[in-house]
Amino acid sequence: MQRIGVFVCWCGSNIAGTVDVQAVSDALQNEPGVVFSTNYQYMCSQAGQDIIKNAIAEHKLTGIVVCSCSPRMHEATFRKTAAAAGLNPYMVEIANIREQCSWVHKDMPTGTEKAIILGKAAVAKVNLNAPLKPGESPVTKRALVIGGGIAGIQTALDIAEAGFPVDIVEKKPTIGGKMAQLDKTFPTLDCAACILTPKMVDVAQNENIRIFSYSEVEEVGGFVGNFDVKIRKKARFVNEDICTGCGICTEKCPQKKVPNEFNLGMDNRRAIYIPFAQAVPKVATIDADYCTMLKTGKCGVCSKVCTAGAIDYTQKDEIIEEKYGAIVAATGFNPISMDKFDEYAYNQSKDVITSLEFERLTNAAGPSAGKLVRPSDGKHPHTIVFVQCVGSRCAACAEKGKEYCSKICCMYTAKHAMLTRDKYPDTDVYVFYIDVRTPGKAFDEFYRRAVEEYGVHYIKGMVGKVSPEGDKLMVQASDLLANKQLHIEADLVVLAAAIEPDKSARPLATQLTASMDTNDFFTEAHPKLRPVESPTAGVFLSGTCQGPKDIPETVSQASAAAAKVIGLLAKDKLTGNPCVAASDELMCNVCSSCERVCPYGAITYVDKEFRMPDRTTRVRRVASVNEAVCQGCGACTVACPSGAMDLKGFATKQIIAEVDAICR
Amino acid sequence: MNNSTENLQKEIIRSSGVNPKKCMRCGKCSATCPAYDEMEYHPHQFVYMVENGDIQPLLESKSLFQCLTCFACIERCPRGVEPAKLVEAVRLAVIRKQGANHLKADDIPALLDEDMPQQAIVSALRKYSK
Amino acid sequence: MQINGEFQPKIVAFCCNWCSYAGADLAGNNRLAYPENVKIIKVPCSCRVNPMFILRAFQRGADGVILCGCHPGDCHYTSGNYYTRRRMALLFSMLNYLGIEKERTRVEWVSAAEGAKFAQTMNEFTEAVAALGENKRLEDLRCKK
Repeated sequence: MQRIGVFVCWCGSNIAGTVDVQAVSDALQNEPGVVFSTNYQYMCSQAGQDIIKNAIAEHKLTGIVVCSCSPRMHEATFRKTAAAAGLNPYMVEIANIREQCSWVHKDMPTGTEKAIILGKAAVAKVNLNAPLKPGESPVTKRALVIGGGIAGIQTALDIAEAGFPVDIVEKKPTIGGKMAQLDKTFPTLDCAACILTPKMVDVAQNENIRIFSYSEVEEVGGFVGNFDVKIRKKARFVNEDICTGCGICTEKCPQKKVPNEFNLGMDNRRAIYIPFAQAVPKVATIDADYCTMLKTGKCGVCSKVCTAGAIDYTQKDEIIEEKYGAIVAATGFNPISMDKFDEYAYNQSKDVITSLEFERLTNAAGPSAGKLVRPSDGKHPHTIVFVQCVGSRCAACAEKGKEYCSKICCMYTAKHAMLTRDKYPDTDVYVFYIDVRTPGKAFDEFYRRAVEEYGVHYIKGMVGKVSPEGDKLMVQASDLLANKQLHIEADLVVLAAAIEPDKSARPLATQLTASMDTNDFFTEAHPKLRPVESPTAGVFLSGTCQGPKDIPETVSQASAAAAKVIGLLAKDKLTGNPCVAASDELMCNVCSSCERVCPYGAITYVDKEFRMPDRTTRVRRVASVNEAVCQGCGACTVACPSGAMDLKGFATKQIIAEVDAICR
Repeated sequence: MNNSTENLQKEIIRSSGVNPKKCMRCGKCSATCPAYDEMEYHPHQFVYMVENGDIQPLLESKSLFQCLTCFACIERCPRGVEPAKLVEAVRLAVIRKQGANHLKADDIPALLDEDMPQQAIVSALRKYSK
Repeated sequence: MQINGEFQPKIVAFCCNWCSYAGADLAGNNRLAYPENVKIIKVPCSCRVNPMFILRAFQRGADGVILCGCHPGDCHYTSGNYYTRRRMALLFSMLNYLGIEKERTRVEWVSAAEGAKFAQTMNEFTEAVAALGENKRLEDLRCKK
C-alpha cells in the first residue's frame, strides 16, 4: 500500500477563487492510501516545496499528488522536489485543477466538486504508480553518413568540424553526387565544380573523415548511440592506397566502348576509369562487367602500364564492421526514366534529351566540351524546346510519373534557357510551362530575367507530341493564352524530368527501420518541427532523400542534420524517457501485432528460456522492447491481443483506475 | 447559373464520370488533340466550361461532333481528367434533348421491317418518344 | 446524476499529451468556459486509449466518452492518431450496435492552438449527451454503491 501525500495549491486566488481548497484537501484525506493532506497558497514557491519535502520525510510518503496548475507547467518542478527529498520523481502525479478546472468553471460548488474528482483520479493513479528509472546507454562518438553528394559532404564536414569522426559511404567510385554533373547553379550562376570540388577536397583532407567509396551499407543493427553497421567495400581491383590517380591506365585500356554513366551515356569511357578529373578519392576503378582481363583472363594492359603497381585483379569485396552513434541518410535523387513517355519520342530520337543530359552537354568537361550541339549529328541547334513538368504533378500516371512537384525544374529550365540565349543568341528558345514556380531568394527575378533580358519564349501550355521528321523534331503544343495549337520545328527538345529518390533508399530504410512515404522519400519525425530527424531515434535525414530540394535548401538541411548529430554525439550517455512500453514475457504469444504498429521499430523478438513447473526448460520467442528506441506512444499496448504489452507511467491499470475514480 | 443549366452540368458530370475539378490547366489535352483546328472549343476549354457550368455554348457548338473520340487527350492527361468523355456526355445531352429528335415516335412503325431486331425497335421508341 | 432535478451527464475525455491536453490548457488560459461534467484523463497519445477504457467508462456509469488527439498528419508519434481513427471507427460502430447512441462517443482532433475549439467541442458534446439522458445500456449496476 502506498503512503500518499496530497498537496492542494491555491495559486493565490487563481484556484482558491473558484475552488474551496480546504474542502478538496479534506475530501482527499479519506481516499485510500492517503496519509497526509494539506493546502498552501503557492505550492511551487520555495516554501511550498519545503512543505512537500518535509511531509515526505515526516510521513514516509511513497507517492505524491499535487492539485495545482497543468503538469505542462510545473510537473518538472514537483518531480525535482520529490527527487530532492529522496522520492522517485515518477511517483508524483498532478491533478490539473487550474487550467482544466478553476479557470473554466464559474462557481465554487461545481469547481470544488470537479477538483475533488480530479484529485481522486490522481490519487487512484498514484496508488498504482511504480518507481521508474530512465534507461541509460553509452554513445559511440562516431557518425555514419550514407551518400556522398553535396548533402552528405556538407553533413560530414560540419560533424567533423565539431571534432567527431565521420565515415561517408558512397556507392559510386567518387563522392560529389549529382552536383558534380551540373554546369552552372541557379540563381547566381556560379559553376558547380568551382564551388563543389573545394568541398570535396576538404572532405578528403579532413582527418576526422573517412571515405568509403564504391561501398554500400550491408547491414544495420543496434539503436541510437550504438549502431552496428556492416559496410561492403566492393572490389575495385585497384589498391586505393597505392594508386596515384595519374590516369595512364584509363588512357591505355583497350576496352573503349563502355557507356560513360557520368555523361549519362552520351560518350564512352574505358573499362578502367576515373569518373571525372576532380574525383575524390582520385583512384582508378575497374568495371568488372567490361574488363577483358577479369572476364577472359587475357589482357592486363593496365597492370603493365601502372608504374605504381596498384592494379590487383584478385581483389575481393571487403566487409568492414564499425560502430556508430548516429546515422545520416543522404541518398539523394535520380531523374525518372523517360522510357514510358512515348509522346516525347525520347527513345526514338537522340535529340530529345533530359535536363541532366543538357547539363552535361553544356558543361566544359562534358562530352561536347561545353559546345551546345545536337547529340545525333553534332550540329548546332537553332530551335530548342524545353518541356516542363515531364512526369511531375502527374496524378494519373503512377506507373510512369510522380504526383508531386519536383520543385527544381522551373529554376534549372530558366537557367538552361537563359544560358543558351546568352551563349548562342541565334537560337530560338521555347519553354512550355504549366505554372512557373519560383519561390526562393532571387528566384523569380532570375526567371523574369530569362524572359525580359534574354528573350526566352515562355508559353503557357504543354507539349502533346514530339515526332522526329527527317533531322527535325516536330513539336505539337498548345498555347493556352493565345488559344492556339502550335507546331514548332525544333532541333533539340529538352525534357525537365521529374526527380525520384534513389533506388537504394528503400532497402536502406528497411535496414534502418526508418519510415518512408508512398513516393519512397524518407519521412521526418515531425513535418514542421523535426524536419531533419527520422522517427527512428539516431537516424537523421539530409538532402533530397527527404523530399525534392535545390542546392541551397539541401545544404541548409545538411547542416541542420549535422547539428542534430553533434548534439547527440556530444552526450556521453543517453538518458531515455522511462515511460516506455514493456512486455510481460509470460503473457506474450508472439503474434507480432505490436511489432507491426510500432512506428519506431523498437520491438524485436528474442528467444527466451522459461522454466516450466516440471523443472524442465522451454525456449520461447517473446517480444522485447528496446527502451532506448521506444518513444512511449502506447500504440502497441492496444494492439496486443493478450494484454502482455503495457506502458510504464500510463499503465492500463492506472488509466482504468482514473476512469473508475471519475465515474464513481 | 440558372437551375436548368446547373442540372445539365450535374448530369453531364454524372453521366461522363469525369471530375473537371481535377484539371490543373496544363493544356496537354489541347496540345495532343489531332482535331484541334476543327474544333470551336478545344479540349481544355471544354473541361473549363463544364467546370464553370458554361454549358449552353457547348450544346450549340457546331464542332461538337468534330471530336474524333481518339482518346489521345485521355491517354495524355497527367491528372486523369478524361476530356473526351465530357465531349461524349455533351453529345448525349444534345441527342437526348427534347424536341431535337430527327424522328417522331409516331414515324417509327413506318420504318420497321422484318429483319430489325426487337431491341432496336424498343430502344428507338425509348429514344424518340421523349 | 441528478443535481437540483437537472440531469448532469458524466463525461470522460481522453486527451493526448502533445496536442489536445495542451489545447484544453489553452482553453483554461483563455478562460473559455465549458461544462464541469467533462473530466480529462491525460494519455501520451490518443492511440494509447484501449477500447477497453471506453467500455469500462460506460460500464462504470459514464454517459459519454470523447477522445481528442492531434490532427491527422500532426501526431507527435507520426501515426498514432491514424490507429486511433481506425480503432474508434470500429469500436463506435460496435457500441452503436449495442445500443449506445453514436452521439455518446466522439473522436475530435484538437491542436495545441485550438483552445476555442476544445471548449466549443466540449459544450456541444455535453449538450448532445445531456439531451440523450442517462446511459443505462452498458452500465453495470453491480458497480453502483
